Amino acid sequence: MAFFTASILLILIGLYAVLVKRNIMKIVIGLSLMDTGVNLLIVSLGFIRGRTAPIINVKDLLFNTSSKVVDPLPQALVLTAIVIGVAVTAVALSIVMLMYSKKGTLEIDEYKELKW
Amino acid sequence: MRKLIAIAFLLILGFFMLKIVSVFPFGEERWGVSRHYVDKGIEENRASNLVTSIVVNYRGFDTLGEVTVLFLAATALAFLLATCKCRKKYERIEASLILKTASDILYPLLILFGAYIFIHGHLTPGGGFQGGTVIASAVMLMLLSRFTFHPNHRALSTIEGLAGIIFVLIGFAGFIWGGSFLANNILPLGHWNRLFSAGVIPLIYIAIGFKVGAELSGLITDMYKVTKEEE
Repeated sequence: MAFFTASILLILIGLYAVLVKRNIMKIVIGLSLMDTGVNLLIVSLGFIRGRTAPIINVKDLLFNTSSKVVDPLPQALVLTAIVIGVAVTAVALSIVMLMYSKKGTLEIDEYKELKW
Repeated sequence: MRKLIAIAFLLILGFFMLKIVSVFPFGEERWGVSRHYVDKGIEENRASNLVTSIVVNYRGFDTLGEVTVLFLAATALAFLLATCKCRKKYERIEASLILKTASDILYPLLILFGAYIFIHGHLTPGGGFQGGTVIASAVMLMLLSRFTFHPNHRALSTIEGLAGIIFVLIGFAGFIWGGSFLANNILPLGHWNRLFSAGVIPLIYIAIGFKVGAELSGLITDMYKVTKEEE
């Protein structure tokens, strides 16, 4: 339960940064934190107490495997999610660079073009 | 005021998320389709690392999509930064002697370690994505420590394209001789826990390792070049 609470807390901290912070870099950091929180949540959903990692490198694990290892599927999904997270962060940072080159500031309040 | 509203909203959201998640008891068995992956994985794929067996074979099509997303992100980044008239006012500071000496020693070792990680992706923790990232970190270390280090962009994109084509071609080979896209019965499976085992899984992970390594190196170089002063 502690893992679930901690990862949800991480998601909420990231969302708080996105909602409240005015600096664009801090917003990107918030997105990245949310990403980490979601990954942690998915991995901890697949955890089973007292089991080992899903790597079959000793003979003992070859038989009756599903009673000895944790669920590998959430880990595989998180592997995908981490890579997508890197891609999203890279694109977000390049957009920040572009915005900074236009206005010379990182304060989100200075960008009024899309306000109404 | 804005902070208070945000905190109240987050508290409500957190309460409901916790409520939903607490339906699942922590640390207990919850097998779905992955029971088949775990029990039959060795028999069907011979890959010791079950996560690799899922990522590259059972969900190989998903991984192809993921590699495409990474390629799309690298393309978008290159496009955005090409239109960026970012001010080149940053002055470079000469890297210290410690960084220079250490990066000379570490550069070949890091590339070797990255290659080790993605070649042994079906036996040990790690794989194409992790190995590629280690290789990109080697390139980044050289960019930080050397003025004269320019990765060949054309070579990087050629490697990337070739690796992607090899991934798709292996998939189509499975389609022609194995019965389905990315099928793992076109090569002998070999013995469990050996380097030459698991059919096409190591080949695909090596292709992914090259692709991700070249892609992330190109991405770092793109981001770095914008802030560099023009000679």
